[in-house]
Amino acid sequence: MATQAVFRTCAQTGLKVHDQAERLIKFHAVAGVFAILFGGIAAVLVLLTRWPAVHLLDPTSFYRALTFHGINMLIFWIIFFEIAVLYFAGPIVLGGRVAWPRVGWLGFLLMVAGSLLIDIAILAGRADVMMTSYAPLQAVSYFYLGWILFAVGALVGVCNFFASLVVARAERTYQGTIPLVTFGAATAAIIAVVTLAHGAIIYIPTWLWSLGIIQTIDPGIYRLVWWGLGHSSQQINVAAMVTIWYLLATLTVGATPVNEKVCRSAFLLYILFINLASAHHLLVDPQVSPAWKIWNTSYGMYLAVLASMVHGMTVPASVEVAQRKKGLTKGLFEWLAKAPWGNPGFAALALSLVLFGFIGGITGVTFGAEQVNIISHNTLRITGHFHATVVAGTTIAFMGLTYFVVPLIFRRQLISQKLATTQIYLFAIGMTIFIGGMTTAGSYAIPRRHWDVQFASSPFQPPVEAAAFAFLGIMGVGGLFALAGGALYVLITVGSVLFGRRVPDTPGAVALAALPQDRGQHVPIKGTMVLVFVFLAAFVIYYYLNWKWLAAIWIVK
Amino acid sequence: MSLQTLQGVWWKKVDASEKVWLGIALIWCLILFAMMPLWHLKGGQNPSFETYRTTAEQYMEKVEAFVEAGPKVGEDQGLPVIAADPAKDVYMLGRMWQWYPALKLKKGQTYRVHLSSMDLVHGFSLFPLNLNFMVLPGYEYVLTITPTTSGEVFVVCNEFCGIGHHQMVGKITVE
Repeated sequence: MATQAVFRTCAQTGLKVHDQAERLIKFHAVAGVFAILFGGIAAVLVLLTRWPAVHLLDPTSFYRALTFHGINMLIFWIIFFEIAVLYFAGPIVLGGRVAWPRVGWLGFLLMVAGSLLIDIAILAGRADVMMTSYAPLQAVSYFYLGWILFAVGALVGVCNFFASLVVARAERTYQGTIPLVTFGAATAAIIAVVTLAHGAIIYIPTWLWSLGIIQTIDPGIYRLVWWGLGHSSQQINVAAMVTIWYLLATLTVGATPVNEKVCRSAFLLYILFINLASAHHLLVDPQVSPAWKIWNTSYGMYLAVLASMVHGMTVPASVEVAQRKKGLTKGLFEWLAKAPWGNPGFAALALSLVLFGFIGGITGVTFGAEQVNIISHNTLRITGHFHATVVAGTTIAFMGLTYFVVPLIFRRQLISQKLATTQIYLFAIGMTIFIGGMTTAGSYAIPRRHWDVQFASSPFQPPVEAAAFAFLGIMGVGGLFALAGGALYVLITVGSVLFGRRVPDTPGAVALAALPQDRGQHVPIKGTMVLVFVFLAAFVIYYYLNWKWLAAIWIVK
Repeated sequence: MSLQTLQGVWWKKVDASEKVWLGIALIWCLILFAMMPLWHLKGGQNPSFETYRTTAEQYMEKVEAFVEAGPKVGEDQGLPVIAADPAKDVYMLGRMWQWYPALKLKKGQTYRVHLSSMDLVHGFSLFPLNLNFMVLPGYEYVLTITPTTSGEVFVVCNEFCGIGHHQMVGKITVE
């Protein structure tokens, strides 16, 4: 096998690229873009229905579109892209080969087959069950089979990554310790194994139940195990996204992690603690105790939050150090003001980091406090939170990386670098408005997964505050901007791959940041320190405001 | 850079300003952790852990007995309105797509409210108060509730439970 592997040397990065790795990346990335396109079309319908002034769809179509949107975005888009990242971070970064190319294709086909089965089941109206399909709500059996195939396919991709690490080491394609990007990707891959195992543990019995072989599925146990898949799959995102932050910082400003020990220890904390957070979904459930809830929702005393707060400092610090070494040393923020804001990769890095941290992170930890969840659970506050993490955080990071994948892997120039930059800003601004409207509407108890918050067809019509409607309108307007930005992303990506100019094999054809010269001097990170303390202040204020709001509702124990 | 392998010893001393942030972040994490047990001791809003196994049939019997015992003080949209006695347990059930029965409570009184589902998973959301708990079939969840405001509050289902989910609204009146 080893002798058959065909390599090229990338003229831009100097990396040795195995043709199979490159092809696997292309196919996974294309499948991911299809998923975001499908999920995006459904997003238009969902948004225009939840915006009360428009209220587009009938109930059946709405719940179907919402199920379709959730699964295509949160599962297919994200996991196809993540497997593509693994084929980059393993074989390519280490200059090795894909351990098992054929197995890699098998995994890809399983993922495609699984996702098609699921999408067909939903569109055929046989799975109006939302992404979570909480038993005893039941879908057609091939819907569950689709989940099993997809999970096994993704697991195969992950195993291929681990095998490629072993092969690269055995064949001595690199010397020393694996780079941070590979380390972060390995973190994501380890979390993925735990996640996908939960998928198998819950979907195999549920599939048998849908076939009538098993009589009952306990709804409490279903929720417990399902969230081991549902929430943890989003923790793969966190690890992958942070990895991409480090990567984008290197590609756009030539950043080097300030202290590898700190960065890698933080990734280790993710592996150890982050999956406990699947408890976030069970905080107001009857089947688990407060002690269980407190320990798990806190990721074991918030050590995974500590990890995110560390990355939130080390990533900007690495940018600051690189910029200061280039001579941008004036005051606290010259390094930031003169950063390459016109580069889509850097814009994506900065916006993803800020929106994930300030909105996604703070709301997540706050709503995930056991008691604060009483005033958050299943309201639009929750959907607002995870649109900040998965969309404004992960998806923007993925979009930024795409603008490097297209020239470096597909070897096509972007049809317009300027348009790509505009796309990132448009999407980020749209999402920020959308999330602000959605989360605040949720504070007025507006439920998620609900066709009609005017309650026109129910026996009682609870009064809804005018402010809540105003925030739903803001959500609608922001959503339209975000959708335009999302559509632009698909257009630029597909357009560049199909019609972009071929990238010549001459160094410098793709603009990559040069590494600043290291003169061994100590470079301060004063600007970053100011930023992280601003973050902490926002965190403390929002956190305690929520306890104040909680104290104002009825007494319950 | 993040794409390069590391040579030699990379386990190096941490910079002073990084150390400051690490320390402060850790302290904040411990404060976050302490808030939850503290609120159990001092706070008024905590998730209950009074849970019993039940079945749809068993629970239905209890609800029927509760409605029968009354006192029934009226009907609202076809639902009996029960003026609950704080000295006795209060029962409500969720089913596609109804919360049964309607309740009348007194402000400042404390009630033990039992909840369960006859069919699917439902979400018990007091609207527009914003107080949310999950209601699962097979589990009888007892919440000890003290209304601190008067007026009408509505029980909105906030977990998807089939195509009529948005019609599932019940009512609690507080005097």
